[in-house]
Amino acid sequence: MRGGRYILAAYLIFLMLPIYWLINMSFKTNTEITTTMSVIPLAPTLKNYAEIFTNATWYNGFRFSLTYVVLNTIISISVALPAAYAFSRYFFLGDKHLFFWLLTNRMAPPAVFALPFFNLYSAIGLFNTTWAVALAHCIFNVPLAVWILEGFMSGVPREIDETAFLDGYSFPRFFVRIFIPLIASGIGVAAFFCFMFSWVELLLARTLTNNQSISSIMTRTVSAAGIDWGLLSAAGVLTLIPGALVIWFVRDYIARGFALGRV
Amino acid sequence: MDKPLDNRAWFLVVPVVAIVAFNAVLPLMTVINYSVQDTFGNNQFFWNGVGWYKDLLDPSAELGSRFLAALGRNSVFSIIVLAIEVPLGILVSLCMPKKGPGVAFCLVIMALPLLVPWNVVGTIWQIFARSDIGLLGWTVNHLGIDYNYTAGFFAAWFTIIVMDVWHWTSLIALLCYAGLKSIPDAFYQAARIDGASRWAVFRAIELPKLRRVLLIGVLLRFMDSFMIYTEPFVVTGGGPGNSTTGVSIELVKIALGQFDLGKAAAMSIVYNLIILASCWVFYTVMTNTREARQERLA
Amino acid sequence: MTMARIELNNLAHSYKHRFSDSSDWAVKPMTMVWDDGGAYALLGPSGCGKTTLLNIISGLVTPSEGKVLFDDIDVTTLPTEQRNIAQVFQFPVIYDTMTVAENLAFPLRNRGVERRRIAERVKQVASMLDLSSDLERMASGLTADMKQKISLGRGLVREDVRAILFDEPLTVIDPHLKWQLRGALKRVHRHSRTTMVYVTHDQTEALTFADKVVVMLEGEVVQIGTPQELFEEPAHTFVGYFIGSPGMNVLPAVVEGCKAHIGDSAITLACRYPKFASEKKIEVGIRPEFLRVGNGGQGLKVNLLRVEDAGSRRIVRAELDGLPIAAIVAEDAAVSAGCLSLEPDPEHVHVYVDSKLVRA
Repeated sequence: MRGGRYILAAYLIFLMLPIYWLINMSFKTNTEITTTMSVIPLAPTLKNYAEIFTNATWYNGFRFSLTYVVLNTIISISVALPAAYAFSRYFFLGDKHLFFWLLTNRMAPPAVFALPFFNLYSAIGLFNTTWAVALAHCIFNVPLAVWILEGFMSGVPREIDETAFLDGYSFPRFFVRIFIPLIASGIGVAAFFCFMFSWVELLLARTLTNNQSISSIMTRTVSAAGIDWGLLSAAGVLTLIPGALVIWFVRDYIARGFALGRV
Repeated sequence: MDKPLDNRAWFLVVPVVAIVAFNAVLPLMTVINYSVQDTFGNNQFFWNGVGWYKDLLDPSAELGSRFLAALGRNSVFSIIVLAIEVPLGILVSLCMPKKGPGVAFCLVIMALPLLVPWNVVGTIWQIFARSDIGLLGWTVNHLGIDYNYTAGFFAAWFTIIVMDVWHWTSLIALLCYAGLKSIPDAFYQAARIDGASRWAVFRAIELPKLRRVLLIGVLLRFMDSFMIYTEPFVVTGGGPGNSTTGVSIELVKIALGQFDLGKAAAMSIVYNLIILASCWVFYTVMTNTREARQERLA
Repeated sequence: MTMARIELNNLAHSYKHRFSDSSDWAVKPMTMVWDDGGAYALLGPSGCGKTTLLNIISGLVTPSEGKVLFDDIDVTTLPTEQRNIAQVFQFPVIYDTMTVAENLAFPLRNRGVERRRIAERVKQVASMLDLSSDLERMASGLTADMKQKISLGRGLVREDVRAILFDEPLTVIDPHLKWQLRGALKRVHRHSRTTMVYVTHDQTEALTFADKVVVMLEGEVVQIGTPQELFEEPAHTFVGYFIGSPGMNVLPAVVEGCKAHIGDSAITLACRYPKFASEKKIEVGIRPEFLRVGNGGQGLKVNLLRVEDAGSRRIVRAELDGLPIAAIVAEDAAVSAGCLSLEPDPEHVHVYVDSKLVRA
């Protein structure tokens, strides 16, 4: 596209400005943030980062969150793959309604569901564990994964499945060696979104644990004295890193073209 | 593509149903339970039947008027936001490089707004849009436009809309990009051989293949924007006045502020049903138009 | 329909940026001429370079070296859309949102052909391909073989097409429909006399479709010939082995003058051969069709493994010094168990040095 580069550049700049502002704030003192407009910190400080790196709570929070997010992503994608295949390749009793019902689970306003979730997970003894959050987040991530994967699977012609079976492939072998590479972009994008939605989710993570997740720890920056803007910004910058790494790792999957071919 | 009927496919779907139903059904029961009761606190509940529901849908009742007004604001917000994010997301995905080092660079930058925790998103924009200490506010005011989101109705709306576009457009763009990349090269090659122009390629190949992916994107964005809570709450608090108060903010005010669990539960059920109905309509229309076209066979 | 004489001059291609040894070449240096109106098959196993070669001809790949000429015009750097070729891909490429008729009309509409002419051409091509009754149906709901016909149709509908290239087009077609589609392709060729190049790894497809077959192995063209020539005189052991079912027997041998010694046995050759350097690999190739069960004395002494029934013929599987050997015998021939002697027809015994055919 001719004007494409400029549009893309403008968009990326638009995205980076508030991010830059966040980084900017993370190197400022609270006084500077709340009183002056400075594009570069006038009195730069590393205090905010020092606070995070020296306080074990932050590190533990990161580790805790990272654990349940990774767990959740793996669980969600694993159960979603066969289900998406079923929705994509077969008709079965109630399939259209089931497919839609899955999505409806993302429509629940979290505020009112927090208490019931608290009761449920306490009752099964998983309160305050990474597994609780990992499983609870399945309610919105599994439907998302199924929907995205089904969309990509439906783009693969059925003839490929049939040819593989005719060529003697067993179903697991076909699925792993032929099918999954063909839907690589879908898996990449679904995995990233699962990671992302789980990572930023605040309410359930806070309700189901004693404030162990990084998202709830960040709310500690609000105290009686007001918001610790600098600390919050530094924490914000640091929370970007795991997600950025994830998308960097799956970039090959997302950008994978669809190459059907032998020579 | 003909799909065979095979009920054994249910086995493939069972894990998904189990894990989602476990999380969904029991809490849902609790909420419905709350919605038909009233409380004076102290954990004492008594039956209220459909009382709350009647109030909700009655514009002259206090609850109803608040609810319906908030619903209206949510609808306007979602429509505006979708109208911007969907075309912009598609456009950006078409402009992204297909291979080379630029791909990773673009993907990472586009992912960053999505990864910011939502309260931090609100925090960034809260400062960013301020006329005294934020880059955006300062610049706009220096251009001569009077911009103060805590006081001005349009300023507040402008701020939350731009914030949402900044935050979420990448979702559509990433979905579309992945969708475009999964189009086999042979289609582009065949189109070249057929002498198709860029616009013809978009209409004949790219847009049809993107339909499924766009369906997901639009539904996701509609639901999330309709239920939005954290970001606008942090920035405007629902103000000025209640001009940016959507249903979620009302809900939290009622449930946590007033401890009216019954009213809140009923409101969230109705809220849920409205979203559900809109999505169902949209979904049915989208899938039916595809089937209807395929019905034009023999 | 115009035809094209396609010439490849010193053509070679490598996907790598720096090519040092021969294994980096996807297509090794070659020069070839494809005549007007012929039906050619590019045959070879996966990875032999046939699709690369096809893509160089069609313009989807620019060769690292050499030239491509259409009717003496250098098209090497011309993009695909300006070469007036059509290509049918491995799996059906159709435009989902259009009917069959709109699909067929697409290439003409893009080139600004006037409406009435478009309708005429679409009708003509549709009847050539048996699609006339389906013109108003949506293309997306059809079976794979019909979709491939539509892909082919989009190529035929343009009157300026000089050559049609096929990249393993029957890959996703149901086996019982393959022969139907093959027949349609042959009919189209006879009717339109356009140059057609057909890439495949299936010898049956190649041999039934093409007038001339180009066999490729590891980037090199090992033989070009009619199916008959490939069968009777394979220029390379690979050709002998790949074509024919079962393929040619290839046995290491020591060749002296008019005789070849294979293991303990000796057979007579049709003519004298010179002495070969001892470090070269000397082999003898005999097709199973040209081995008879002898009655002792002459021929190759082998141990019988089993006799397979293949309809009107029987395949004798045996081994000589641990090497497998096959012979085709008539239904009623007597085959005794244990040791046998197989007598070759000397006219059809070929000698190969380093896998290449040597004529005395």
